[in-house]
Amino acid sequence: MNYNWNWGILFEEQYFNWLLSGLGWTVSVALSAWVMAFTLGSLVGVGRTVPNRLVRTLCTAYVELFRNIPLLVQMFIWYFAVPELVPDDMGRWMKRDMPNPEFVTAVIALGFYTASRVAEQVRAGIETVPAGLNAAAKSQGLSLGQTYRYILLPISFRLIVPPMTSEFLTIFKNSSLALTIGLLELTAQSQQIAEYTFQGFEAFTAATVIYVCIALLATILMQLLERHTRIPGYVGKEA
Amino acid sequence: MGDFDFQVIINSLPFLWQGLQLSLWLTFLAIIGGLAFGTLLALARLSGIRTLAFVAAGYVNLIRSIPLILVIFWFYFLVPLALGRPVGGFQSALIAFVMFEAAYYSEIMRAGIQSVRKGQVHAGQASGLGYWQIQRYIVLPQAFRNMIPILVTQGIILFQDTSLVFVVSLRDFMTASSIVARTEGRLVEMYLFAALVYFVICFAGSMLVRYLKGRMAT
Amino acid sequence: MIEIKNISKWYGAFQVLDNCSSSVSKGEVVVVCGPSGSGKSTLIKCVNGLEPVNQGNITVDGQEVTAKNTNLTKLRSRIGMVFQHFELYPHMSVLENLCLAQEKVLKRSREEAVSRAEALIERVGLSEHIGKFPSQLSGGQQQRVAIARSLAMDPIAMLFDEPTSALDPEMINEVLDVMVELAKEGMTMMVVTHEMGFAKKVADRVVFMDEGRIVEDRPTDDFFGNPESERARDFLSKILNH
Repeated sequence: MNYNWNWGILFEEQYFNWLLSGLGWTVSVALSAWVMAFTLGSLVGVGRTVPNRLVRTLCTAYVELFRNIPLLVQMFIWYFAVPELVPDDMGRWMKRDMPNPEFVTAVIALGFYTASRVAEQVRAGIETVPAGLNAAAKSQGLSLGQTYRYILLPISFRLIVPPMTSEFLTIFKNSSLALTIGLLELTAQSQQIAEYTFQGFEAFTAATVIYVCIALLATILMQLLERHTRIPGYVGKEA
Repeated sequence: MGDFDFQVIINSLPFLWQGLQLSLWLTFLAIIGGLAFGTLLALARLSGIRTLAFVAAGYVNLIRSIPLILVIFWFYFLVPLALGRPVGGFQSALIAFVMFEAAYYSEIMRAGIQSVRKGQVHAGQASGLGYWQIQRYIVLPQAFRNMIPILVTQGIILFQDTSLVFVVSLRDFMTASSIVARTEGRLVEMYLFAALVYFVICFAGSMLVRYLKGRMAT
Repeated sequence: MIEIKNISKWYGAFQVLDNCSSSVSKGEVVVVCGPSGSGKSTLIKCVNGLEPVNQGNITVDGQEVTAKNTNLTKLRSRIGMVFQHFELYPHMSVLENLCLAQEKVLKRSREEAVSRAEALIERVGLSEHIGKFPSQLSGGQQQRVAIARSLAMDPIAMLFDEPTSALDPEMINEVLDVMVELAKEGMTMMVVTHEMGFAKKVADRVVFMDEGRIVEDRPTDDFFGNPESERARDFLSKILNH
C-alpha cells in the first residue's frame, strides 16, 4: 500500500473551515428535520390508534407511502419535481426566490420521511400500553382526548425512548443525503477535501470521527432523558 | 400535470430494467454477504472471548454511527488502494454494502439469539445436551424463526439503500432514472416513476413481512 | 338502579351472552359467579358500556347505557369499576392515581381532590404509601388503591370484575375486608367473583352464569342451600371442596 500520510492537512485553515461548515449544515439539517419529524410523526402515530377508521386509514397510508420509497428518490422529488407540480407562481418562487433551497428541501424531505418512522414507534408504544389501562381510564369517565393526554401518551413516550434514540441518530446519518442536491454538509465536505488534496484517508477519518462523536453525544443525552423519565419499578407489558 | 409524458418512460424501459437488475443483484449479494459476516460478528460478540467480543462490538458501533454514503466513499477509496489496482465500481459498492449491512444484521442475530428464553437452554442442559447441540437444535432454530420477518424488513431497507450508489454513479435503477431524467429533460416523470417502482416492490415486501408475522403469531 | 334486559352479544360467530336479564336495586349487593368463559366478565363490562351489546338494553339510574345518544363518559364517571389486574396508572403516584379523574372529569379543585384522596387512602389503610408508585406496592395494596380510586368519584354503584383472582392467597382477605365494609355501608355493588365466602357473608342475591346464559338468579341463602340446576350444584361442589 502506497500512501503519503499527511494529517496536518485537516488543520490547514481552508480545509478545517470546510469541515466546520459541513458539521454546521449536518447539525442544522438533522435538528430541524427532527423537530418536524417528531411533531408530525407523533400526530400520525396517534392517528393510527384512534377509534376512527378514516383517520386510521389516512395515517396508515402516510406511513406506507413514505417508508416504502427510498429517501434519495423523495429528496429528488421534493427538489426537482415538486416545483413543477405546484401552481406556476409558487413553483417560480421555489426555484428562484426561496432562501437556502437545498437546506429547506433537505429538511422537508428528511422530516416527512423520518416522520413515518417516528409514527411507527409512537404507534407501537401506544399499543404496548396494556388495554386494561384504557378500560380503567374509560371507566372513570375520562374522555378519549384525556385518556391520550394523561395515560396513553405519558406511558408510551417513556417506553419508546430507546427506539427514538436510534431514530434520532439515524436522522444525523440520513442528513448526508442532502449532498445529492448540492448541500455541502459533512460527508460532502470530506469528499471534497479528498478530491482536492488526494488525502482521502485523512478526510474520511475526520468525518468518521465527527459522526462518532455526534452519536456518542446523542446517546448520552437520550440516556439522561431515559433516566429522568423512568417510572420507578415499571418495565411495561412484559413485566 | 397536463403534459405528463408517458412516452419517455416507455422508451427508456429497457435501460431502466438494466438498472433495476443491477439494484436487485446488488441487494441479493449484499444480503448473502451481510448475513454471513453479520453472523460471524454476532457469534464473536456472544463468544465470551473478551477481546473478540470487544473488537466485534467496536466495529458494529462504529459502522452504525456513520452514514452509508460515507461508508461507500470509504470503500471506493480504500479498495483500490488496498489492492494496488483500480477495481470496478460494482465490486467496491458491494464490499461497502456487505461491510455496512453486516453491522445491522449482527444486531438482529444477536437479539434473535437472546430472544430465546433462558429456560430453553436450561431444559436442554437438563436433558444432557452439550453447548453446541443446544445451539444447533434448540437456540438457533427458534432464534432464526423469530428473526425471519425482521430480516426481510432489513432486506427491504437494503434494497432502498442501494439507490445511494448514485453518489458514485454506478448505474442502478435510481441512477438510470436520473440519467434519463436529465438527458430527456423529464425530471417529474422519471422521478415519480422511480418512486412508483420502488414503492410497489417495497410495499409488496412489507406485505410479505406482515404475512410472516401473522403466521408466526398463530 | 341497574336494569339488564334481554342482552345478547356475539364475538364474530361465537355468542358470549345469550338473552341475559337481571337487576340490582339501590343498596343491593349482587354476586355473579360461574365457570370461566361463562360470560360473567363480559356481562359486567356491558353495564358501563366498556363492551357494546348487540341486542337488548341496559339502564343505570334511569339512563340507557345502550342508547346512542347517552353521554357514556359522564355515565361511567358515576359508576366505579375495579379490575382483575388493578389497572392503576403506572406512571403516577398513588395520590395522582386518585386525583386525576377527580380533577379532569369532576373538575374538582386540587385541594378538594387531594383531601378526598387522602381520606380514602386512609380508609383503605395505606396512608404511608400515598407517595409511592403502583409497582412499588404488593398486589393486595394495589387493589385497595384501585378501590379507593373508584370511590374518589363518589360512585352511585360499584362494579368489581374478579377483584381478587390475580392476587396471592394471603392478600385476598385484605381486599375482601374493604369490600365487605363497603357493602355494609350500603353501597350498590355488582361483583364477579369466585369467593363464595364473600358471597355468603354480604350478597343479597347470586347470579349464576354458564355458557353465556344466566342459569340462576336467586337470593343468596336459596342459592347455596338449594341450587336448582345441575350445573350450579356441580360448580358449587367443585369450588367449595377446596
